[in-house]
Amino acid sequence: MSEFQPKIVAFCCYYCAYSAADLAGSMRLQYPPTIRMIEQPCSGRIDIQLILQAFEDGADGVYVAGCLEGDCHFLKGNYRAKRRVAEAKKILDDVGIGGERVEMYNLSGSMGPRFAEVAHEMHDRIKGLGPSPLNKRATKKEVMTGDCS
Amino acid sequence: MIVAEQKPFEEIAKMVEIFDKVLILGCNECVTVCLSGGEKEVGVLATSLRLYRKQGDRPITTVEETLVRQCEWEYLDEIEKLVEDVDCIISMACGVGVQFVAERFPDKWVIPALDTKCAGGAVEHGLWEERCGMCGECILHKTGGVCPVARCSKRILNGPCGGSQNGKCEVKDVDCIWDQIYKRMMALGRMDQLMEIELEKDWSKARDGGPRKMSREEVMIGE
Ligand code: SF4
Ligand code: SF4
Repeated sequence: MSEFQPKIVAFCCYYCAYSAADLAGSMRLQYPPTIRMIEQPCSGRIDIQLILQAFEDGADGVYVAGCLEGDCHFLKGNYRAKRRVAEAKKILDDVGIGGERVEMYNLSGSMGPRFAEVAHEMHDRIKGLGPSPLNKRATKKEVMTGDCS
Repeated sequence: MIVAEQKPFEEIAKMVEIFDKVLILGCNECVTVCLSGGEKEVGVLATSLRLYRKQGDRPITTVEETLVRQCEWEYLDEIEKLVEDVDCIISMACGVGVQFVAERFPDKWVIPALDTKCAGGAVEHGLWEERCGMCGECILHKTGGVCPVARCSKRILNGPCGGSQNGKCEVKDVDCIWDQIYKRMMALGRMDQLMEIELEKDWSKARDGGPRKMSREEVMIGE
């Protein structure tokens, strides 16, 4: 069987992580292709439902990247995101997906290298954890039925 | 408003384990305001249940709907079609809503997703406190607008008790409400009123007198 390549959704604030990703690109820094970025107007846009939905739609891991604490463009969006991510962790533990599959990161728009580092960190973590229980099931089924479409 | 809190997920999951298609029904009133049973919470519970059940051999189908109010027949009429098609209804309203749903749809199994806590309000974002014990005969005009029935741990009507310490209650970690009543009456120059002994309350007007009913002839529709 081919090596597990996680699907990781990164909800990135436009004012920091998203720009940091641009910078990482211009600096030609490598980061894992397993990260799928979604631009957000602010990390405070994140909602528990969005995080859960990402898992339902096949993500193995999710992270939210907002500005450094105290530096949110909208003042407190990143603090709110932090609390919601903490609550999402609890829910994910309750439903058996595992709270460790979601994380909150803080960085500024000038931190290109940190962006790449975070992407590696999350990639390694999810790779270590293996596929999300939902995807594990799907893989098992495919093997059993031979359906790999 | 009525303040309620979601039951632990594990309990809800256990209550629906034998069902395959459920209607998760929110309410747009109090429970939306106290963030326990509105449209958003319906979405989160529905997704959580699906995520949970997808990992086993019995996935669950969820139908989501949020009504203006669950405690009024006319709004419940709107979901008649939806209800026909599901195995059970998970109501995310307060206990009143759950019972109206059960009464309106006698053939359906109804599950409460919330624990109804009290009549209170949000004193700040994310923090709700009890304010009224629904005693049936309000005495707030005697206590400066601060309720000892709901907020004194011992429900004392001539407080404080001997356990009031530095403004704190001896029973649990709350402010001694009688301390607050005194401070307020003092500030309002109404201390003399507190010198009067409040006689025993007629608890038959409260829940102690059995289930209560209220009627208003002039608003009734009919002959
Ligand atoms: S005195 Fe009775 S009705 Fe008035 S606020 Fe207190 S519990 Fe409620
Ligand atoms: S300390 Fe105050 S609030 Fe607590 S039981 Fe006594 S009178 Fe009531």
